[in-house]
Amino acid sequence: MQRHSFKVLPAVPLLEVDSVTKRFGGIVALDDVSFDVEAGEIVGLIGPNGAGKTTAFNVITRLYTPDAGHVRFDGEDLLATRPSGVIRRGIARTFQNVELFRGLTVLENVQVGAHARTGDHTVDDALFYVGIGSLRHFQVDGLPFGTQKRVELARALASSPRLMLLDEPAGGLNHEEVQDLAGLLRRLRGDFDLTLLLVEHHMGLVMSVAERVHVLDFGRKIAEGTPAEVQANPAVIEAYLGTAA
Amino acid sequence: MIAAFTWTEFAEQIVSGLADGSVYASLALALVLIYRSTRAINFAQGEMATFSTFIAWSLMNHGFSFWAAFPVVLAISFAGGVLVERVIIRPVEKAPVLTIVIVTLGLALLLNGLMYVIWSGGDRSFNGGFSSRTIKVAGAHISIQYIGIIGVLAALLLVLGLFFRFTKLGLALRASALNPESSRLVGIRVGWMLAFGWGLAAMVGAVGGMMVAPLQFLGPNMMQAILLYAFAAAVLGGLDSPVGAVVGGLLLGLTIDLLGRYVGYIGSTLKLPAALLLILVLLLFRPGGLFGRVAERRV
Repeated sequence: MQRHSFKVLPAVPLLEVDSVTKRFGGIVALDDVSFDVEAGEIVGLIGPNGAGKTTAFNVITRLYTPDAGHVRFDGEDLLATRPSGVIRRGIARTFQNVELFRGLTVLENVQVGAHARTGDHTVDDALFYVGIGSLRHFQVDGLPFGTQKRVELARALASSPRLMLLDEPAGGLNHEEVQDLAGLLRRLRGDFDLTLLLVEHHMGLVMSVAERVHVLDFGRKIAEGTPAEVQANPAVIEAYLGTAA
Repeated sequence: MIAAFTWTEFAEQIVSGLADGSVYASLALALVLIYRSTRAINFAQGEMATFSTFIAWSLMNHGFSFWAAFPVVLAISFAGGVLVERVIIRPVEKAPVLTIVIVTLGLALLLNGLMYVIWSGGDRSFNGGFSSRTIKVAGAHISIQYIGIIGVLAALLLVLGLFFRFTKLGLALRASALNPESSRLVGIRVGWMLAFGWGLAAMVGAVGGMMVAPLQFLGPNMMQAILLYAFAAAVLGGLDSPVGAVVGGLLLGLTIDLLGRYVGYIGSTLKLPAALLLILVLLLFRPGGLFGRVAERRV
């Protein structure tokens, strides 16, 4: 099932971040950053701590308003949308530290995610796909961190999004869980007709699932390419390892 | 020290304590509904409830029966609560909690003054929806009015419980109280949820006002002492917990009544301080209240 397929035809990227600058006081968190995500792609957004990755997510989901630049989704200006309207355009996200509704059950958390559902996938689809169907009546507070991350993923899926932003989905997971996650993300794209943009520190995961990678450092974009290209890029190596003294 | 004890009288005391407690519980619930979303105590809650009760009184003067006026007053109160949030609270929504609290104090004064202007000051009698007779149950004289008040509160709780648990709007309200930022991202209009919460609180308070007015006289200051009890009840239950507010209200009503009746040296003069002292002792051991959660914040 291809939604709005007529809009995708003129080869407009699904998400387009165009010359975005975001300052906090004297700190420039994003400095004239541009990148795009094509429909159906899995794209990684990487960079050392403080590179501006999460800020970029917050701009795309309208938690922050950029000082300059544009964000377009499916060819339309996203900055004209209010924060609660972003999901209705088809964009869902997860958080680095897991922002669940503590005090609600797993099922209720995922139901809230379906509040502004735009597509055909249901709460049950999301619960079972992510593998937490049997936990539906548990309170989320007491669940292990890895399971909470799955609940958050299910909550994002329940809105039946077209683009999903994942902020460090592998953070805090053990080796085996990361392996499972990689498989899950690849299957998700096909089964839920999704485009994925992930911020990730776990290079193994990014390099195994992403088709394209954008690299940020100190708020600037320093490289772009396939995982192999990016790994061989001297500017990227320098950003991660520092220059030899 | 202990006054003469009979089971029939004890039963009568229990019923009257629960009826008083139901009134405290409804106002405490209204306080909690607002506290959960705005983190502020609404000091205008009592005057809002009294205002609603005056509207009921006016309607009844224009030929409405109590039960015909009842749903009309609830609807007007809901709309009034939404309006208050949109017009008065919204501009200070992001201000420190103390600012919001002061604004609600101002609102209380405003409403109190308005009631003097519109309905003039004097206390008046208010005929409620229940007969003031008693029925005899196993030798005890039980007031129909008390039973009615308890029943109305029970019905109110049932409806609210079902609403919060089983409707999409109820879930959205709970979610936006728990985590406003995530709520926006899943598409909930958090600002309107706040307004809706104020509407609900105004409605719940109005029920309390219309229930208590027949037990005393209706005047602009009718709810002021009750608001104090309601505040105590909400703290006792845990300010975060609607269930706690109700349990706290009922416990407070019962405790005040039973202490006053059965503990000689407390009597009717010391029953309120005694009850508040008990709450104080309880909070020493459970600072979050009976059902509350002690605040934990991730930094």
